[in-house]
Amino acid sequence: MTDLTELGIAALRDGVRTGSFSAREVADAFIVKVSEAKALNAFIVETPDHAIAAAREADTARAAGEALKPLAGVPIGMKDLFATKGVQTTAASHILEGFTPVYESTVSQKLWDAGAGMLGKLNMDQFAMGSSNETSAFGNVISPWRRKGSNSALTPGGSSGGSSAAIAARLCPGATGTDTGGSIRQPAAFTGISGIKPTYGRCSRWGIVAFASSLDQAGAMAHDVRDCAILLEAMAGFDAKDATSLKPSLAGKTVGIPAEYLVEGMPPEIAALWQIGIAWVKDAGAEVIEVSLPHTKYALPAYYIIAPAEASSNLARYDGVRYGIRELPDGANLQEMYAATRAAGFGAEVKRRILIGTYVLSAGFYDAYYTQAQKVRALIARDFESAFQKCDLLLTPTAPSAAFALGEKSADPIAMYLNDVFTVPSSLAGLPAMSVPGGLDAAGLPLGLQIIGRPLDEQGVLDAALAIEQRAGFTVRPDAWW
Amino acid sequence: MSVDTNTVKKVASLARIAISDADAEKLAPELNNILGWIEQLGEVDTSSVEPMTAVIPNTLRLREDVVTEGNARDAVLANAPQGEHGFFTVPKVVE
Repeated sequence: MTDLTELGIAALRDGVRTGSFSAREVADAFIVKVSEAKALNAFIVETPDHAIAAAREADTARAAGEALKPLAGVPIGMKDLFATKGVQTTAASHILEGFTPVYESTVSQKLWDAGAGMLGKLNMDQFAMGSSNETSAFGNVISPWRRKGSNSALTPGGSSGGSSAAIAARLCPGATGTDTGGSIRQPAAFTGISGIKPTYGRCSRWGIVAFASSLDQAGAMAHDVRDCAILLEAMAGFDAKDATSLKPSLAGKTVGIPAEYLVEGMPPEIAALWQIGIAWVKDAGAEVIEVSLPHTKYALPAYYIIAPAEASSNLARYDGVRYGIRELPDGANLQEMYAATRAAGFGAEVKRRILIGTYVLSAGFYDAYYTQAQKVRALIARDFESAFQKCDLLLTPTAPSAAFALGEKSADPIAMYLNDVFTVPSSLAGLPAMSVPGGLDAAGLPLGLQIIGRPLDEQGVLDAALAIEQRAGFTVRPDAWW
Repeated sequence: MSVDTNTVKKVASLARIAISDADAEKLAPELNNILGWIEQLGEVDTSSVEPMTAVIPNTLRLREDVVTEGNARDAVLANAPQGEHGFFTVPKVVE
């Protein structure tokens, strides 16, 4: 069997999940490695029982067919700055020697809640004051690295030097660190691993021995970036017990309300929901301003040139030769076969769009329709660019109506197209956008609110949509009539 | 711009879609309606605007000019309505 200690957090988690090996085998493999690596002095206290208990829980859950926790089967190292209930916590100092906390730090608790187990408490610079691990009351940590042709002991960096040395020597696949002025990053750099100091306030400081409170921040250390992300995901989050813990909020964000989206004939319920949505994002801390997207009314006609034009080109491949059906009337030539196949194979709306697309691309009309639509598209994108100089996100209704009845609009293609009035512009501009349920109309049908963000700002879109979701409390379901 | 039935037939022939005279009669007003609606784009002053062809500034990637896949004749032909001797089959085009 492969040496399990060669694997990182993601591989261990996935292997336990799929049953390639048990969590117990993983824990045992690392426990042996830890016990054999005393020369590095990376651990102050070893806690094999903790790791085994977590492994047992993971294996039992898997055997029972239960869903495994995010870090089930992953044993980690815990920097000795984190208070761990029932396990000596000294911050590598003499003054705290023998101190056994009667409580658990928020970060370590979150990791245990995520299914991780603890291999031990990791050595560090005393009270995190140092950059070489030479200030620990429990002796220096020795880096597993050596200069070519030399036996001199090297520093693993500090203050999270026990963490960096243990990961680099594969005594644990990941560990917590703390960073006050570089105490995660410098040790990571010195030992060839990855380490992230998150935004101040991302991880709770509650239960972390304080060094410099306005600077201290916990973070993740592991072999690679993905493993750091997995670990940090479990560590981070708001904690009421830390006054500087970051609460997900839209504070500092400006949400723009595009005036042009207040279209004529918008049902009053949708206009009302939009206003409620504005109040919700304000309540979440956002500033709300009105912005203008002057070319909004041209988005739909531009879309209904560009999209059919591209469709007429894309759908040229359905020719009865390569796949699908073939219609070959008696005596038909190749061209007649194409035309008969496509006449029989495409539905009415698809044909309509192919014909529109072919028309706007045809000689003599190309510039008037297609090129003009591409230019208008540029103006629509430019509208968004200038709006995003004044705001971070846009809030709009998602659709100008609740769900309509089947057949209600199918007779009038333009009425159907108009229903996309609020969603098409951001598609033309290539922007991330999201719909989140906001409430019900008088007929009891759901209405959505849309958040549009800057290019690549899916995070901002999700944050704002979450603020709306939390305030909307939308839990209504359709009655099962089927 | 008004589309008559002859224009509909011409466009349909460019699009390789067979349509009957009755279909062309029905489609002409529909297409006129849609084209009339999209013609409002003509109002927009675009004299100083470059047409936008891609939403995210992105250069096309180049790859090494080497064969990366091949020998997939059977897979390529697997869905063909008609194939013979490893080729697509179509009505005779060369006498």
